[in-house]
Amino acid sequence: MRHGKYPLIVTFLVPPVLLYVIFVVSPYLQAFQISTTDWLGYSADANSVGLANFKTLWNDDYVWNALKNNAILLALVPVLTIVLGLFFAAMLNMGGRKGRAGVSGVRGSSFYRTVYFFPQVLSVVIIALLWKEVYHPNKGLLTSALNSVGLGAPTWLGDPRTAFWCVLAVMIWSNVGFYVVLFGAAMSAIPKEIYEAVMLDGASRLTTLWKVTIPLLWDTVQVAWVYLAIFALDGFILVQLMTNGGPNFSTDVIGVRMYDTAFGSETKFGYASAIGVVMFFLTLTVAVLALRASKRDRIEYS
Amino acid sequence: MRRELGVANVLSHGFLLFWGALTVLPLLWMFISSFKSNAEILADPWSLPGALRFDNWSRAWSGAHIGQYFLNSLVVVAGSVTLTMLMGATAAYVFARYEFRGKQVVYYLFVGGLMFPVFLALVPLFFVVRNAGLFGTWTGLILVYAAYSLPFTVFFLTAFFRTLPTAVAEAALVDGCGHFRLFFQVMLPMARPGLISVAIFNFLSHWNQFLLPQVLMQGDESKWVLAQGLAALSVNQGYAGDYAQLFAGLTIAVVPVLLVYILFQRQVQSGLTAGQLK
Repeated sequence: MRHGKYPLIVTFLVPPVLLYVIFVVSPYLQAFQISTTDWLGYSADANSVGLANFKTLWNDDYVWNALKNNAILLALVPVLTIVLGLFFAAMLNMGGRKGRAGVSGVRGSSFYRTVYFFPQVLSVVIIALLWKEVYHPNKGLLTSALNSVGLGAPTWLGDPRTAFWCVLAVMIWSNVGFYVVLFGAAMSAIPKEIYEAVMLDGASRLTTLWKVTIPLLWDTVQVAWVYLAIFALDGFILVQLMTNGGPNFSTDVIGVRMYDTAFGSETKFGYASAIGVVMFFLTLTVAVLALRASKRDRIEYS
Repeated sequence: MRRELGVANVLSHGFLLFWGALTVLPLLWMFISSFKSNAEILADPWSLPGALRFDNWSRAWSGAHIGQYFLNSLVVVAGSVTLTMLMGATAAYVFARYEFRGKQVVYYLFVGGLMFPVFLALVPLFFVVRNAGLFGTWTGLILVYAAYSLPFTVFFLTAFFRTLPTAVAEAALVDGCGHFRLFFQVMLPMARPGLISVAIFNFLSHWNQFLLPQVLMQGDESKWVLAQGLAALSVNQGYAGDYAQLFAGLTIAVVPVLLVYILFQRQVQSGLTAGQLK
């Protein structure tokens, strides 16, 4: 009966495995090896230098500066995005008038969900270019709005004191809508009976949100956390297109550092790969830590 | 009691409208500015255009080659999504439905790719593609997009194929249906909802790719994809002072995607959120 399953397994599995090994697995493996060489790109000679690249990295102030910026993003982007996402999702799903079921969504909630999700379908390139114009010192939307009400405005992306926060704001802007939809879907999966029971006990709306909804959403929040953390360690496209790390390295991130090292004026491929290896371990560590930290207090409804 | 609720309701609508405006305003501004003259854009960013200047659009479409890049993106994404779905579905089907030695190893090899930042692979990938003679070609981009989409696609579809009832497949085999026919005529149609979700997810992520084409498609401008073309337009706009052209270019890139999203929003939202909930 089961004769002939091997032809299928082989035809179905060999092409994808080949493609994947050639273009994904082998580059990753090579990257580790290249990171221990002094390879300067297009020439053939690459000498093994052991861990010298990592030693240089340790003393590279530009890399530390970029890492510091990534660390601030890592501390702020997930928290702010999740808080805003939960806030708006709660408004959408629980902000309506009290009905028999205890809570209900506001009117037009599907409209809000549609609109909030817009940035998620746009490419990061478009978001970066558009916001660069919004922040433009003369013709930008933001500056002229502030000017028209008589407030002076900084030069946003041109000022080392504000540029970083401008980029951070765009990161949050582009992510919140997605998490509103994600949390909203999780909220509507919570059984209505739970809300009925809580309302009968006389709980206020805020208590319900704090004591019932958010704990029941914890699994989803945990997933959001991991993804936003990985996102905060990247930030490459937004930074490269909006500020290219400037002014005065105030918005530099590790991805831009690596890209410039590899494909900028000098093609230091060995050193760039070392930065890549560091990014790899950072991402892995952050993902594992985020998963660990949020694994407490798991609540399941049965 | 009732009044208090009324206030809460107004308040929640207020916050919701605020964020809605914050989301829409930049996009609306971009759209409106795409009809303005450069002088109007400089004079007052908040004003409405004096006339509907479609010449901005044609200047972006042909002058800045946005039309060409748009078509290039279509070609690449059509190829890469097709390839991803074909390879992802076949591999996932084998993982979900057949037993063989080393299955776990191969499966985790695929799924492991979900965790790694693409930056690490960037430098060697550049040379792998170049040595294969695929540098600066659409074929190269298509193969690379597909390869990097396989981890998620295989992961998602394996889980999906597992949920399909085994009874149907067994009945078909008993009736003398071959393994290949079983896949194409029974399993694929049954898996349609899952396939559509993943296809939308892959479509958007390939359409929005920037880093991979930037590295693998340097040089020959006529082959660039949309994201590269827009980035170049933004840089040139700084020198030429043609802001209207940039806004028109961005609008050309945004409008079709937003239209597709609005038409298929439920599938898009579920496809993308499923992408995160792995």
